[in-house]
Formats: sequence, structure tokens, C-alpha cells
Amino acid sequence: MQAPPGPGYGLHGQDYAAPSGPYSPGPGKAGPEGQGRCGGYYSGPRPGPAGLGLAGVQRGYVGGIAAFGNYHGSPAAAPQGFPATCSPQLAPTSCRSSLPAGSPHASVLAAATGWSAPLTPVPLPPPPGYSASPWSVQAPDRLLRNHAGPSASAGSSPANPVADSLAYPGRQNAPPPRSSPVMSTVLPGAPSPRAPPAGKHPREPVALGVPLPGLPPQKGMQYGDCVNNQASSAPTPLSSASDDEEEEEDEEAGVDSSSTTSSASPVPNSYDALEGGGYPDVHSSSASSPAPDHAPEPDPAPAAPLSAKVMAKPFGHGYPTLQPGYQTTAAPPSAGTFAQYPQHPGVNQLSSALGGLSLQSSPQPESLRPINLTQERDVLPATPVWAPVPNLNLDLRKLNCSPDSFRCTLTSIPQTQALLNKAKLPLGLLLHPFRDLTQLPVITSNTIVRCRSCRTYINPFVSFIDQRRWKCNLCYRVNDVPEEFMYNPLTRSYGEPHKRPEVQNSTVEFIASSDYMLRPPQPAVYLFVLDVSHNAMEAGYLAVLCQSLLENLDKLPGDSRTRIGFMTFDSTIHFYNLQEGFSQPQMLIVSDIDDVFLPTPDGLLVNLYESRELIKVLLNALPNMFTSTRETHSALGPALQAAFKLMSPTGGRVSVFQTQLPSLGAGLLQSREDPNQRSSTKVVQHLGPATDFYKKLALDCSGQQTAVDLFLLSSQYSDLSSLACMSRYSAGCIYYYPSFHCTHNPSQMEKLQKDLKRYLTRKIGFEAVMRIRCTKGLSMHTFHGNFFVRSTDLLSLANINPDAGFAVQLSIEESLTDTSLVCFQTALLYTSSKGERRIRVHTLCLPVVSSLAEVHAGADVQAAICLLANMAVDRSISSSLSDARDALVNAVVDSLSAYGSTVSNLRHSGLMAPASLKLFPLYVLALLKQKAFRTGTSTRLDDRVYAMCQIKSQPLVHLMRMIHPNLHRIDRLTDEGAIHVNDRVVPQPPLQKLSAEKLTREGAFLMDCGSVFYIWIGKDCDSNFIEDVLGFPNFASIPQKMTHLPELDTLASERTRSFLTWLQDSRPLSPVLHVVKDESPAKMEFFQHLVEDRTEAAFSYYEFLLHVQQQISK
Amino acid sequence: MEAVVFIFSLLDCCALIFLSVYFIITLSDLECDYINARSCCSKLNKWVIPEMIGHSIVTVLMLVSLHWFIFLLNLPVVTWNIYRFIMVPSGNMGVFDPTEIHNRGQLKSHMKEAMIKLGFHLLCFFMYLYSMILALIND
Repeated sequence: MQAPPGPGYGLHGQDYAAPSGPYSPGPGKAGPEGQGRCGGYYSGPRPGPAGLGLAGVQRGYVGGIAAFGNYHGSPAAAPQGFPATCSPQLAPTSCRSSLPAGSPHASVLAAATGWSAPLTPVPLPPPPGYSASPWSVQAPDRLLRNHAGPSASAGSSPANPVADSLAYPGRQNAPPPRSSPVMSTVLPGAPSPRAPPAGKHPREPVALGVPLPGLPPQKGMQYGDCVNNQASSAPTPLSSASDDEEEEEDEEAGVDSSSTTSSASPVPNSYDALEGGGYPDVHSSSASSPAPDHAPEPDPAPAAPLSAKVMAKPFGHGYPTLQPGYQTTAAPPSAGTFAQYPQHPGVNQLSSALGGLSLQSSPQPESLRPINLTQERDVLPATPVWAPVPNLNLDLRKLNCSPDSFRCTLTSIPQTQALLNKAKLPLGLLLHPFRDLTQLPVITSNTIVRCRSCRTYINPFVSFIDQRRWKCNLCYRVNDVPEEFMYNPLTRSYGEPHKRPEVQNSTVEFIASSDYMLRPPQPAVYLFVLDVSHNAMEAGYLAVLCQSLLENLDKLPGDSRTRIGFMTFDSTIHFYNLQEGFSQPQMLIVSDIDDVFLPTPDGLLVNLYESRELIKVLLNALPNMFTSTRETHSALGPALQAAFKLMSPTGGRVSVFQTQLPSLGAGLLQSREDPNQRSSTKVVQHLGPATDFYKKLALDCSGQQTAVDLFLLSSQYSDLSSLACMSRYSAGCIYYYPSFHCTHNPSQMEKLQKDLKRYLTRKIGFEAVMRIRCTKGLSMHTFHGNFFVRSTDLLSLANINPDAGFAVQLSIEESLTDTSLVCFQTALLYTSSKGERRIRVHTLCLPVVSSLAEVHAGADVQAAICLLANMAVDRSISSSLSDARDALVNAVVDSLSAYGSTVSNLRHSGLMAPASLKLFPLYVLALLKQKAFRTGTSTRLDDRVYAMCQIKSQPLVHLMRMIHPNLHRIDRLTDEGAIHVNDRVVPQPPLQKLSAEKLTREGAFLMDCGSVFYIWIGKDCDSNFIEDVLGFPNFASIPQKMTHLPELDTLASERTRSFLTWLQDSRPLSPVLHVVKDESPAKMEFFQHLVEDRTEAAFSYYEFLLHVQQQISK
Repeated sequence: MEAVVFIFSLLDCCALIFLSVYFIITLSDLECDYINARSCCSKLNKWVIPEMIGHSIVTVLMLVSLHWFIFLLNLPVVTWNIYRFIMVPSGNMGVFDPTEIHNRGQLKSHMKEAMIKLGFHLLCFFMYLYSMILALIND
């Protein structure tokens, strides 16, 4: 075993840091994400051996690196690397359970429970074949790193006895592809030139994945297989076909998967269709996938013969290249596919997508059609707006990352910064990297293939120069294909690196080896810090929280090492010793808040399973323990310091519940809000934090891999702008419940309950880092979201949750004239709650264009709005709110005048916008009327700051609904255009524009604001509707506060509820429903979302257009 | 007396030059990822006040000793230093804030500023040297 010497790591950090610098390929330099950085992070610029790794190393992990080197060989050696402060039983356990992550097996796990046939049978052009490349068997040096002994066999054929014997059951069920004689006969030989595809651009003509011949693709099938370079250790799980959440069932799935291996197919183009988000019931029309994604798999019967034809080429040869006529021949089938699904009429996108295919022939694609905004009354389409599809050829488009995870504001990247400046549109990425996915290929492999100079992960958009070499699509370095990568576990064939799942899917997850660890993967650790002052008891949140925790205790993500702890605080800090063996929880009170200390070294964070009974006792007792308290002070700062001390040996998640302004000890805050200024139109002050205490604390926490999540449940001003810092920089999340009260405000309580349920049970990743890479020539300069930017492109995320979104601003540093495609890759390295180190990689590929018209045609207005909103939040904090508002208006004015100058012949006839940007002014107006940026309307400072926090941290889909809610008329739902979800018919009422002119007294309307639903009932609403859906005889008898629809046995009720449930299922946080009667006082809340209407302080949509037009003509 | 003033200014100016070089080195270390934002900012923030004081002393000294030209030359730079220090938002951890240094090209502007200061201090250095020699000869 080669234990990498300490300095090697430090050195490595420097190598890694300078991507263009020399890369030394020796063992121990495999370059995990941020590994070297961590070293530097805690120990200064040139870390010595003692200063390596996380600060945990300094505290107790001394010798941890040595332990890593031995990690596989001798697990017994590992415990020495554990912190002395850990509870004694933790060390051996954590070591054992973290072994699978780095287990010396190379198996490909493919979570493909729903792989299906390709959408369109696209004829493949004849493969070109390659030049006879040297088939030299190199000993892959990286394999040697941890497996010096067994890797002697690594160079041999992967079909070694172990792999074969394990994969055997699969053969019984279905013939392996290589034994099929059909394939080499139908399309014999490869007539194309021997030259590899032009290496000029990284456009890799990746073969379309197709089902194996004669095997109808089956939905719900799994596949998985293994490459095993190790001759030893057969009985360990080799492969699993696991859903993202079911990582545990390796053994079972290993058997299961081999039986299904050959029948499922690595179909990349169906991947998107399946990837509808974490809510299987939902078809992503609620999410923002483009229309083509919704095509269900075609009938398997015709697909099979077709695919047999497609597959009919000799294995090991042929990278299909694009022929000139390819794009046009490919278009008709796709058109057919689109047309089959009339419920996704996205006509603009459809035609723009198709128009984009043949941009040369048709001079004006639909997205460029000039629209006179001042004359066109209804710009809002009747269906949700889809993300535009990048103008790529069909197979690249199929391989591309789902727009739900990864979106760019311009789907056609301008060639130069000058062109970008001319277009006046923001350039940036919107990311939702840890989104709940139903389908995710999970890959275990000894060697994670990455570019040796820029460390990019291999992805569908690299080009294979020949069989043994690939060219990085980000830095254009030519890399070797490792021996292991030559074997394709999906088809069980050798010599097809381009068919590997990494190259067939733009979203993959790798199980990382110990190279990617600085310490053994941490267990899931949860600490709850609860405010129990008089104010908190009055609000009564504690009962809700304890109840929710009791219900979800078993569902907390984690493994057998999961630890949990509780702290409460008022003017003192209370700890709870839950050590196994006590008959009941022991409360320890620390009243010295100026110098906080931990009253006992262990027992405060306990194993969830060992101390379960004590935890339950505590949770049952907590709500009643402080009911008679008279303590009104809140020492939040000291409590957080104590929490930090408690968490720092392991890292994990701290959930803070706070109900008032912290008034004691470090970090105390004063009230800064002047209620008279709430509706001021001029200056809004105090948007920034009052103290740097919370920021410092958050950075300390982030350094110790601890995230702080804040639940603020307050009725008065609590200075959220200061408190939010603790979550913002430690990668936590923020929840705010204004005027929370358990009895007086039932809707807030319901919301808390629902949020807690999601919060406690959702997936979580620990000690994560995210790195975003982009093609040479582009650079990132500003990041938005909750994290700490540790170095230029590395985001440190103590925790990552599936509801976190990020945004990045880009600039074009060098001209992109010599490339036709650019790629972006995000790699998120995290420790799963099961103690596995995983890397989730998303890759997005976009075309480069040289004309302004094409840039406009590819603009993604929703992404642009979300990026602008993020930028505006920054601007309002660093400068002022009015500056931010001006900047938003200028964004519209500039981009539309830039467009106007290109269509000079149409000038002065009105306000012209390309179809792709026709919603831009509307969305900006909506943004100006959003809580975060509005002026003139009374807005509490905390509400405003919370809206800003949400803008910064919400993913695009949720943010878009927050900015521009969807309005539907629901009193006349029909089945016309309805979609079927799980045997339920979900009506799809058209979108209405957000204007009171659309509201009729005779109707009932549903407004979907993301986290809130309003149902507005008109005064003269059809009594049948009121009776059938709401269950009341007439309008007058509807109560003022109604938050549920009764389950009535009528068609109208069924339709309404089915529509509502469908909307609710589409988002992680279940929204609260308010039924608003016309004339009830609550209707103001509903009406403030009607952004197209005029208010006392803001323009109507038409006025805004005129204002923009006036600005342009100035 | 005049010689003493300039000898002191010369020493002070040397210190400021070293400080500027230190700023540049630390910032470029951050640019190249040798250190992380947190430690870089805490290192630099420590020296913001000494730099401000050191420069203010020379400026005041020049005013007191009635060297109008040198005083007026120094004034804008000192004003900028003080302005920058005062205008730090209350929630930031100093002139250099680890959470913002990578945003909106702040790193580049800090770097540019350090470079300009280095040039300015070098210019001053030679001016003080010349004045000192002149003063010594006159004595």
C-alpha cells in the first residue's frame, strides 16, 4: 500500500489549482475536487504534513492521511485517524460502513428503472471506422494507487472469470449482444474514411444509444454490470441498479440487475423523457422541461427491428459521424414525435426547435419573429413556457442535460464579448444540481476518467480521436482512454468507450474512491437548536416541531451511524445528555454565555438508534418543559457558538429555530426597522447585515462542514438580513414564517408542518464541494446562492439539499471563433447520508453563434429573468434598491433597443421584440412588483429580505412561479387537453394573464404562486361550482378562512382536486391553499399578484411598455 | 530638521512599499488558489489600518513641515484609504471580505489598487530620497 506522503497533498493542491500547470501523473495525485484546496484552507499557503485536510485533522484526525492510505488494505488501521472527541463506538463503525464507497470494485451501477426505447428511431450514418490505433496495454497507473497488488490483472481482458461468473445469470435470460449474429450482417463494413472526425470542434458524434436487438425495451427494467479489474473479492456487491435513494440494496440489485442487463438499453435519448424530477406522478409540464422531453416511449414493437438495423455494425468500430444530410433527414421523425402530444403545444418552441434545425434554409425562425408588444394584447401563451431548446443537431440535443438541472440564459453563446455586449442580455447559468431525480445512472469505477489538465469528467460531448484517445471538450487536451474504460459493462463489449454510460448521459453520478476523501465520510449528524424563551412558547412552534420529528425520526436520511442532538436556549443554554444508559434525558444548563463551553464531552450528540427511546422521551417532554417560562431574552449568538463547538468534530446540519431578535451575548441585534418607512418610495435601508458575527460564524461552520438552517418564526421584526448570513454562507437554507402562531394563524402552522416534513425527510449531502467548469474562453465571475466561494470556481457547500438552486454569471474572455460548441460542467462532490462519497456531474452543451439575430433567437427569457433577479438582489444590498430597480428597467430597455437596431426597417412602428423575448418586459414588471423590489407598497423589511433570500437560493422553476404566478380559471374545467397521470385525468386549464380584466364575477380562479395557492371565488360564481367543489350552498356561506377543498363525489370536485393535487405534487414544499372570497379582506393578497394591473405606486403592463418605448427612443 | 523629516518619511515609505508588495503577493496567491479567501482576507485586513496610519503620518508630517507639493500629492491617496475604510458595510469583515472577494471582479480591482499604490509609493520614495539628499547638502 502506498500511503501518499503528506506533502504530496499540499503539492497537489497547487497542481490542481493551476489547470494549465504541469500535471504530475504519479500516484496520489488523482486530484479529488478541492482536496488540495482544503489543505490550504485550514493551514495556510503551504500546508505541511500536519496541517493537511480539514480542521478536523488538526483537532483529532492526526494521522488521518496515513489512515487513508491504508484504508482499503487494513481497515484496522483506520480508527487511529478518528477524532479523540468522537464517542468511542463511532470510530470502528464509521470506518466499516464507509468501506463500500471505496471498495475495490469497478462496477457500473446504472439506475435505470425506467430505461425505455428511444424516442425516435434515427438512422445512423455509416460509421467511419478508425485508423488502426495502437492497442497497447498500458498499466493504468491510477489503478495502482490503492490496489497495487491486484491491479496486476488490470491490463488483462476485463471479462475475467469473476466478472463473468457474476454476470452469468444475465446471459441466461437474454443473449448478450456480442453473440448476436445479426449485427454484423445487416450493415457490413464501414466505408467511411479512416480519419477520425474532425477534431476542430468538440462535437462528438456520439452514437445514439439503441436497444439491443431482439429485446423489447421494458419499462421498469434495470441494468447494471460490472467491470472487474480485481481478481479478488468476488462476493462483495459488484453492481447495482439503484434508484438514487436506494443505494443500500447493492447485494440484491446485483443479482437482480444481471438478469436484466441485456434487456434494458443504454438509451440516452429516453433519459430526459424519464427524468421528470423527483415526483414520479408528475410529468414535467409543471417543471420547465422542453416539450420533447415529454414524449413517452414509443411502442416497443416497431422500435426493436429498427434498432436492430441501427445496431448492425461491427462492435469496436465506427463512431458515427454526421453526414451533411443528417439533420434534415432526422427532422421529420422528431416532428412526428412532437405532434403526437398535443397537450404540449409549446408552438413557439416547437417551431423554433424545428426552425433551428434548418436555420440556413429558413431565414427567420419562430423565436426571431418580431412582435409589436404594444399592439399584441396577449403575449402570455396559454400553456406554461418551456425552456428553449438549444439549436444543436438532434443527437447532441438528445444527449444534452435537462433544462431542469442546468440552464443558460442564452442557448446560443455569442462568439465574442463584443457581440454579447451588443445583445445587452445577461449571460449566466442557472443550476439545480442536486435535484431529486427518478433516473440517474450511477457508476462505480476504479478510474473516474477525467481530463488530465483541466480535470473535466468525461462526458457525452468529448470527441474520441481514436479508440484509445479522447479530446477534452473544455480545454482541448488529448487524453488517453484508460484500459478499464474500454470495456462497456452495459453491452458487455470491449473497445467501445463511446458507449459507456458516462459518455451516453449528460447527468451521471460516480461513486468516488478514497482519492476523493480527506477523511472518512462523515456520518449524518443533526443538531436542533431551539428557542424556548417566552416568545417562543407563546408562538407554540415547539409542539409542531417535536410532533413532526417524532413522526419522521425513522425517515431522517442516514445510516447506522446517524447522530442527533438537541439544545435549547433562552438567556441560558440548555444541553441534553441522551447517552444510552440513562433512564431519562439529563438537562445541563450553561449560564455563562460570554464564554460558552460544552458541559460534557459526549452524550450531547448521540446515535439515533442506540438512544432512540431517550430521544422520544425528550421530544415528548420538550413542548411542556418551558410553558411557564418568564424568560424573554434570547441568547442566540452564544447558542450558535456552542452548536459550532459541538458539531465541529464531525460536521453536519444545525437547524436553528428562532422567534425573536437575539438580545443577549455575542451577536445581539437591535431593531432597525422604521415602520413608517415600509411603504417609502425612496430609500429602503438596512437590507444588509448589521454585524459580521453571523457571517464569521457561518464561515467557521462552513470550514468544519457544518451548515446552519434557519427557521425564523416571528411576529415582529427579527433582522432577518443579519440572521440570514448564518445560513447564506454555510450553505444552509432559510425558512421564514411571519406572524407565526399555532392557534391564531393555522395556515402558517400548516405550512410549517408541511415544510418540516419535507425538510426532515429530503435527501441530504454532506461535506460537499461544487466546481463549475466551462470551455476555455469563458469565465465565471459572480456566483449566487447559499455557499462560500472558496476559490475562483470552487463552491464550498457544507450541506447540499435538493431544493437549492444556484446561479453563475459568465463573461467571454477570449473569442470563441475557433469552436462551434461550448460546454459547461458542474461536478458536485458530496457524502451521501449513507456515508458514500459521490460525484454528480451535469454537462451542458451549447452552440456558438456569430450573429446578433441568432443570439436573440436563442435567448431563454426565464433564465435571464432569474439571473437578473439575482443580480438585482446583489445590487440592492451593495448599492440601493432604487439602483437595482433602475438596472432592471435598463435591462429591458437595452436589450429591446439592441434588438430594435437590428430590425431597423421596422423601427418606430411600436415596441418591437423577438418572439423569444416577448415576455421579457412582462417578467421584469412582475419582478419590480415582487416583494423584494417593490416600492410604494407597504412591505415589512423582513418580508422583503426573505424574498431576496429566496431569489438567491431557489431553483429556477420555483423562482419563476414566485415572480410570475400562474392563473387558471377553474370553474369550468373540462377534459379537453387533459393529461393522464397515474390513471387520473388531470385537466389543463389555459393560463390567464395576471390582470383583473380576466377575473369575472361569475368565475373561480386558481393562482399558483409557488408556495401559496389562492382560489378566488367571484361574487356571482356559479352556485353549482360552489356546491359541487366547495361544498357550500351559496356564496354567502363560504367561510372567510378556508384552506382545504372538501372531497366531494362530483365530477367538478374531482377535476378540481386532481388538478390541484397535480400542481402540489410538482413541487417539494407543499403549498398552502387559501380560498379567497371576493370582498373578503384577504383578497388584497390575491390582487397584489395581478402584476399587469396598475397600482398606486407602479405601472400597469401597458404603461410599462410605453415607458420602455419612451426610454428607447430617447 | 528637514533632513530628519525626510529620513523618517523615507523609512515610512519603505514600509508602505513592502506592505503594497505583500498585498500584491497575497492577492495573487488567492488568484492562483494557493490560499483560500478566508485566510487571505484575514491577513490583509490586519494591515489595512497600519497602512492607513502609516500613510496619514507622512501626509500630516508634510503638512506640518510645509511641503505643500508633497502634501497635496499624498492627500488624494490618503483620502481614498480612509474613505474605503469608512465605507465598509457593517456586515462585512473588513475592506477585504472573503464572501465577496470572488464576486464582481473585486479581486481584480483590489489587485489593481495595490499595484497603483506600489507605483505611487515608489514615486514618493525617490522624491523623499532626493529631498533628503538635498536637505543634507543644504545643512
